Amino acid sequence: MGILEVKGVNKRFGGLLALDDVNLSIEENTVHAIIGPNGAGKSTLLNCFIGKLLPDSGTVNFNNSSLLGLKPYQINQAGISRVFQTPEVFSELSILENVMIPAFAHRDGAFHISLFKSLAEETAIREQAEKILQDVGLVDTRHHTASSMSRGNKRRLEMAMCLVQQPKLLLLDEPTAGMARADTNNTIDLLKTISEAHNITFVVIEHDMHVVFSLADRISVLSQGHVIVEDHPSNIKGHPKVQEAYLGTAETQ
Amino acid sequence: MDAILLQILNGLDKGSAYALIALGLTLIFGTLGVVNFAHGALFMLGSFCTVTFNNILSFKRVTLSETELSPWGTPLEIHVPYAELWFGDFGATMIDYSVFWSILFAIPVMLLIGIVMERGLIKHFYKRPHADQILVTFGLAIVLQEVIKSVYGANPIPQPAPEAFVGSIDVGALIGMAENAVIYPIWRLVYFLFAGVVIGGIFAFLRYTTFGMVVRAGMADRETVGLLGIDIDKRFTAMFGLAAVVTGLAGVMYTPILSPNYHMGMDFLVLCFVVVVVGGMGSLTGAVAAGFLLGILQSFASMPEVKDFLFGFSIDQVIIYLVAVIILLTRPRGLMGRKGVMET
Amino acid sequence: MLKTLRISDRALMVLFTIFVLAVPLIMAPLGAGYPDLMQRFAIYGIFAIGFNILFGLTGYLSFGHAAFLGVGSYSALWMLKLLSINIVPAIIFAVVVSGLFALLIGFISLRRSGIYFSILTLAFAQMSYNLAYSVLTPITNGETGLQLDLDDPRILDTANETSQVASPSFFGLEMGDTAVVPFLGMDLQFNVGFYVSALILIGMFYLSLRIFRSPFGMILRAVKSNQTRLNYTGFNSRPYTLTAFVISGMYAGLAGALLVCMDPLAGADRMQWTASGEVVLMTIMGGAGTLIGPVLGAGMIKYFENIFSRMNESVIQGWFSALPDGVSDVLVAVVSPFLGSGWHISLGLIFMLVVIFLPGGLVEGASRIMNLVTRLSQARKAGSSRSDTRPQDDDVSSEGSSPSSVNTRES
Repeated sequence: MGILEVKGVNKRFGGLLALDDVNLSIEENTVHAIIGPNGAGKSTLLNCFIGKLLPDSGTVNFNNSSLLGLKPYQINQAGISRVFQTPEVFSELSILENVMIPAFAHRDGAFHISLFKSLAEETAIREQAEKILQDVGLVDTRHHTASSMSRGNKRRLEMAMCLVQQPKLLLLDEPTAGMARADTNNTIDLLKTISEAHNITFVVIEHDMHVVFSLADRISVLSQGHVIVEDHPSNIKGHPKVQEAYLGTAETQ
Repeated sequence: MDAILLQILNGLDKGSAYALIALGLTLIFGTLGVVNFAHGALFMLGSFCTVTFNNILSFKRVTLSETELSPWGTPLEIHVPYAELWFGDFGATMIDYSVFWSILFAIPVMLLIGIVMERGLIKHFYKRPHADQILVTFGLAIVLQEVIKSVYGANPIPQPAPEAFVGSIDVGALIGMAENAVIYPIWRLVYFLFAGVVIGGIFAFLRYTTFGMVVRAGMADRETVGLLGIDIDKRFTAMFGLAAVVTGLAGVMYTPILSPNYHMGMDFLVLCFVVVVVGGMGSLTGAVAAGFLLGILQSFASMPEVKDFLFGFSIDQVIIYLVAVIILLTRPRGLMGRKGVMET
Repeated sequence: MLKTLRISDRALMVLFTIFVLAVPLIMAPLGAGYPDLMQRFAIYGIFAIGFNILFGLTGYLSFGHAAFLGVGSYSALWMLKLLSINIVPAIIFAVVVSGLFALLIGFISLRRSGIYFSILTLAFAQMSYNLAYSVLTPITNGETGLQLDLDDPRILDTANETSQVASPSFFGLEMGDTAVVPFLGMDLQFNVGFYVSALILIGMFYLSLRIFRSPFGMILRAVKSNQTRLNYTGFNSRPYTLTAFVISGMYAGLAGALLVCMDPLAGADRMQWTASGEVVLMTIMGGAGTLIGPVLGAGMIKYFENIFSRMNESVIQGWFSALPDGVSDVLVAVVSPFLGSGWHISLGLIFMLVVIFLPGGLVEGASRIMNLVTRLSQARKAGSSRSDTRPQDDDVSSEGSSPSSVNTRES
């Protein structure tokens, strides 16, 4: 039984069947990539995991409890973090504060007010945040405002914000989209370090095959809303169905 | 039956004003994406165009009478408008119909005001958050209101309707009902017809001209229109000017119904934002429809029967806000708004 | 409690306390040292601090806070009439009632954000005003307003034997009592009502300081920065915004109660949405999102309201009397529409300028001047320009300046 079990998920938008009987089983502590040509339904599927969309039918279970209908903050509290395509951070706050906030959410829950403690007293949270920032290499600039960061650093900050919550599952939606080769490699190294150091399950949606084959333990190929192949990376590379999905069948005229 | 018809008619004049102002608001919000808290002030300025024009027209020559004495024993002052002196009866008629003539005066004035506002202030706020737009236009509204107050004083300045339009007509008799069942002031009917003409004109303009088509495209997707190489800036200025004219004209013709006073802008502002929200922000038909509906609703809410039904509470002032709150909570895009617009 | 503040916060608190307590001394030479004005300065300072928590810190622009001011006024006055002329139960009752009222309105309004939220608060404000004006007249006495009467029951007090209407007091000290102390040729007026308000102001300022420096305050800043992201981070932002809303509503109610304690009259006008506009102006002109900004803004506007509005034409003519007639006439004609009864024009213009050019208000202006001065003196000392990015120095940064997104690291 995988940590994330998707069974029979369907989603229709008007005339378009975006997700067609999708079945996925994501094993714990693995890096599971979901690939597929444009329009295959990858983002739609991800949106079903994080509470943005409700499938028409089917189940999405995380640790044997259903994710469907939960609000974003509830999904986060259940142990699922996500990283966006364009890094989203709290621009007006400092880097350190950006990481302290998820730390608070993790410790105190979705709503908690203690009007008698000042920020200066929360040393445990601060140290926790600083340690994570050290892991991603941002600890020296931790008092700078987040808006002053480069995109690559924002990506690191985002990862730090996720990691400090010790998530069980990390969803990455095209994490290297629009990146140059150097940045992409940095991201791969970062993700590799994290996946080796922490017990986190990764679900990565990616277009960049270099990233996919560097990281993934298992790959699911989505095409036209349906999982056509799911296997070990080495078996995916030459798979005829995958080639067909991406390139189409050869037509002899 | 006649009571219902009367209430519907009663709601039409206010509803027309709401519809026109809301139309202007939506034009600005839909095309430019700007929340304009100075919009009520435009309505107020339109009214004061009428006042100004009337003052100019009625500029009087003061002479002293040779025969009569005032109560204080000094020679009586005779005030004769120059218009009458120079043009005789025609002059007197002109003064009588000054409300209509002030339309001609108001159009260029409001257009100028609108263009200056847009070029001078609004266009710097396109990229800024809505809250800032609200704040700066709120400041502008205060300034405009206080300037008018300091020039014209704090008291309302009644503007009479032309003689021919004073009084009421028996609407009920016209459509076959009992005599004197439904009597309605003529000028309000005129206002309603005027509003209809203006609204129709705007819709026709948007629908049948190239300019209008570009504007509608801009309302749907501003970025793409810009990318198509169309100079959207000039058109935005023109749109703002047009919206200012429409709103100003609404004010011009409303003067016999509500005497112009310096804070009428603020009074109408809240109501008109509520109208826009109920109709659907960004929907022109919605704004117009909601304007009329809410005007009529307000009129019904002030009926004595309704008051009795609610234990003597008169809810005509609050009914609109109640409706707005309910709509904002249950159907945030309003009656006719596009789905997904501003549904946070 | 004081120990947990940073050193600079402690200094701020001390300085603020000293400044507020010395207001009669400071204001007297400025012609502003009379009880009524000083009371208003303190009371509107409280109002603005509360509003700032919702707008400056959390980023929600409400045009309805005058409604809470009004509710606070009416509740306090009823307490003064029914229970006791002592201001303590009146204030407590007003804060509780306005808190509940804010809970109700906030619960509904906060279901939307952005413009929709602002318009909802507008609608509620006008609704409350209309209700107070014409519908709930048994409670509010409509247009005439509510006042103290000779025959008020006041069950906790002894019967009123005198023929005069009672005056609100704090355990016997009447709000109107003033000790006039001559000092250096001026008359310093030490007024009970002002000091009551001032002590409450200091307390409320301290509370806002604690909120700013708490995890709760940091989360509110995150709401303002990126509310959706905050939800994805595991926080349910709705109860946080509601709490901020209720807190600011209670501040407003407190201000309303104090207004009534100083001058026992409550009218519906106080609840109009344009009255809400006043606190918006104060907060922004002082500096939204900062600690002292709102208080500065409140003081500034109340001061100008009293001073500028008294500068009518004859006063202005007096200024220019030394100049030749023609010149002085022109100057008087140019200047006088902006002062005296037309001073709101100046206020509106200054407000617009602030929103356009100096969105961080007075506080940003002051810090920019300080930066300029320090840079100039550093350049002179070092002989070469230094670019420094000391970590603690990114307070009011000027990227993307606008009152609704000003950095909330404060001074």
